[in-house]
Amino acid sequence: MKAASDTLALRIGGPQGSGIDVAAGLFARACAIGGLHLIGRREYHSNIIGRHSYYDLRASSARVTTHSETPDMLVAFEAEALCRHVDGIADGGSVVCAGDSMDVSLSSLRFLGSRLKDEMCTALAESRLPESSAGLLARARERKVRIVAVPLAEWIRLLAERFTIARAGAARMTNTLLIAAASALLDLPRGHLLAALETTFPGRPDLAEMNMTAVDLAYGHVTTEGGGPASKLAVSQASADEGRMLVNACQSVALGKLAAGMGFQTYYPISPATDESQFLEANCEIERTGGGVAGPLVLQVEDELAALTMACGGALTGARCATATSGPGFSLMTEALGWAGMTETPVVVTLYQRAGPSTGMPTRTEQGDLRAAIHGGHGEFPRMVLASGDVEECFHDAMQAFDYAERYQLPVVHLLDKALSSTVQTVAPFDYRGRRVERGERSQVGAQRYALTETGISGRAALGEPGTAHWITGVEHGLDGHVSEDPVMRERMIEKRARKLEQAIVDIPREEKLRVYGIEDAAFTVLTWGSNKGAALEALGRLADEGVEARLVQLRLLWPFPSDELAALLVRAAPLIVMECNHTGQLASLLRAQTGLDADHLVLKYSGRPMSGESVHEALRDIHAGRGERRMVLRNPDE
Amino acid sequence: MTTDPGEPLAAGDYESDIANDWCAGCGDFGILRALETALARNGLPPERVAVFGGIGCSGKTPYYLSTYGVHTLHGRVLPYAAGAKLADPRLTVIAVGGDGDGLSIGAGHFVNAGRRNIDLTYVLYNNGVYGLTKGQASPTLRSGEQTGGMQRPNPMREVNAVMLALTAGFTWIGRGYAYDVGQLTALLGQAIAHPGLAYLDVLQPCPTYNDLHTKQWFAPRLYSLQDDGYDALIDERSGEAAAQARREECMRRAGEWGERIPTGVFLQDLSRPPFTEGLLRLQPRYADRPPARLGVADEDGRPAADLAPLFESLRVKRR
Repeated sequence: MKAASDTLALRIGGPQGSGIDVAAGLFARACAIGGLHLIGRREYHSNIIGRHSYYDLRASSARVTTHSETPDMLVAFEAEALCRHVDGIADGGSVVCAGDSMDVSLSSLRFLGSRLKDEMCTALAESRLPESSAGLLARARERKVRIVAVPLAEWIRLLAERFTIARAGAARMTNTLLIAAASALLDLPRGHLLAALETTFPGRPDLAEMNMTAVDLAYGHVTTEGGGPASKLAVSQASADEGRMLVNACQSVALGKLAAGMGFQTYYPISPATDESQFLEANCEIERTGGGVAGPLVLQVEDELAALTMACGGALTGARCATATSGPGFSLMTEALGWAGMTETPVVVTLYQRAGPSTGMPTRTEQGDLRAAIHGGHGEFPRMVLASGDVEECFHDAMQAFDYAERYQLPVVHLLDKALSSTVQTVAPFDYRGRRVERGERSQVGAQRYALTETGISGRAALGEPGTAHWITGVEHGLDGHVSEDPVMRERMIEKRARKLEQAIVDIPREEKLRVYGIEDAAFTVLTWGSNKGAALEALGRLADEGVEARLVQLRLLWPFPSDELAALLVRAAPLIVMECNHTGQLASLLRAQTGLDADHLVLKYSGRPMSGESVHEALRDIHAGRGERRMVLRNPDE
Repeated sequence: MTTDPGEPLAAGDYESDIANDWCAGCGDFGILRALETALARNGLPPERVAVFGGIGCSGKTPYYLSTYGVHTLHGRVLPYAAGAKLADPRLTVIAVGGDGDGLSIGAGHFVNAGRRNIDLTYVLYNNGVYGLTKGQASPTLRSGEQTGGMQRPNPMREVNAVMLALTAGFTWIGRGYAYDVGQLTALLGQAIAHPGLAYLDVLQPCPTYNDLHTKQWFAPRLYSLQDDGYDALIDERSGEAAAQARREECMRRAGEWGERIPTGVFLQDLSRPPFTEGLLRLQPRYADRPPARLGVADEDGRPAADLAPLFESLRVKRR
């Protein structure tokens, strides 16, 4: 057995609907109970049941920011998962799988996909190995990967007998059995896993008992017949109750909206945004500091046209209103986005980007909607665009978005992506109680709704307030909100609305616009936005270990564009590397348009999968060594 | 504007001073006058009323009223209106729009609004044409008909708005005629008072673009359902069989067109609860803390939401 390791990357793969999420959740909780930090992410198909899905978990005694493309351990629920991922397991790593998946022909795996299958078969044939899981396992053994085959069918039979349930019912414990076997191999204290089980099945002691028996079976097997633990994960034996929460980005955004006092959220179901609204539906009764319980109205509506228009209608009454969607829904919302811009209605759109265009890849990630978020809609109107880089920022930015929306009376797009939405992380409870909520200027009795002011901001009144009756219109209008096509009034109104963004760029402090990590005055500069932050931070750490001084500039306010701050910061950049998950380099082109600065290198990824720390590190190392191309695309055919 | 609570309201209290740019003789004037009178008779002060307009001639109605007025997007008037009503249930919310707005580009919202049954009044200005874009066929124009502004006969069938409202789930359905302001005022008063979603179909000539359905065409054809002894009421005491018979009769009357065209109340269904009733079962605090009065911040401007219990539930710990 190896010495205790303070970090582990685990991949759990299997068919959709087979309990991978539950297995990952169990393991994550057990590790967290043992005091470790965790980050997890999920890859899945747009499918309900049967297609391949996998979960990456990383546990460490220090904070981790990204997943690994070369996990230390694979838990394969079936032969397809085994075949897809065994090549990616780190040399000397381990694989837990069922005995009956050890020799399955690749041609029998109907969801494997012809490109991958053909490549595997060609490679195996060249090595004179059989075109089966056995061939792939043989190759893995050459890399000192330890294969632990467990008697899954036998365990399911035993559980069915013991609890007098059907085999099919007992088979639903496959997830617990396999994750317990993996945990035993990592010498994870069994008590931690059992404690995690208790919280996984609240109010179902029968299920908890069956699953605990499953844990015992797997631990017993690994200890007596499985050759004992493969490696030891440095987990605290005692429960380290540090109060950390295990939350994903959708939950984090939802919590931020609740903290912001959001009154109304509308939505139309769409991957990968729906989890946020469902979390809100389940948690809409919130304690209030003044006593009592009250929370937002969360409403599923007929389409995204209704979602944003209804949120705008709600916002006119003074309620804080929002909607959450993904690219296809956002395309439909752009007419209402323009309306909110024209009528100066504060509203928040949370946009979880996915791989587009059109339906694209609904469950895969991309940062392809930056330009759409900034420019979407006809005509010219002010809006703000924020992008969060991790689970904690999601909370903060969701709160901030409402303050900006009300302070500047405009729509705010909060940009996230699928990678972030499926990222789960251990975080300290969010600190927000000290924040001051900003609700923007209110209208005085008799004041004009669209009065011309120096800042462009005029007082706002809610529908129903006596003495402030006014008109609100998507048509160009005069000070009172009545239609006006007078050329001078048109110019004044265009300028008034535009002034709000000029004011915003002055008001907003630098740390809300961008953040710098690493060596602040290093010349070697990586500029990125959104969920790549985690991979970039890890890459920066690896570069530092190699003695390379580098800095990361994470852009958080994408519109209005913080040109002055960026120009000042980036003028010394050599090289300037822009990193994003799209094909065209949307941020790089925006940077050039807004500052005249041109990236020396673009590091891109557009396979629908997120960047990892090691792949970014490799690209940056090449650039540092003078081997970098101007345009570098991160690729991994096995993701 | 603010009205004096001591004085009885009059139609004049709802007039704005904006110059009206509808065509002379337009049916919209009759609807506007009926709306002002109905609001006054129902005792609703202008500042408690929000009128939402779609896009088209009809969508300009809010400008000509002294209530809160919201000019929305083409086809989206219903979701805008619903959003405001749900966020602040104390408001009286009226949505107005044309037949193209509500039954073509907004047809999806028309149907889904029926499914929700929120306490709103929807007035559809039904003249068979798109007036503001100079006379194209609207969804209520019959197949083969060709009005003055059209280049060729209408190739599409009409949609029967009353039947659609019935099947979608509107709980009050009526039809008025823009030139019969007396009947229209009474219908609007009932529609506004109805505690669920009301649909008022208003037949109106478009003197500029619809040379087929003129005042002369309508006058001899219109009859009142109520004068004809038609009973529109369904309530909890009706029983399922009687309710079903009412709906079938409503459907039959809705199909009448040509020689005899019904006006009046088609349906007054009090048996189906308004949307907020179901909502209150899920969120009892909605009654006194709807979105507009949720309370965002405390007296010091700090967030009023206390998430500590929620954070606790998300903590990883031994039980």
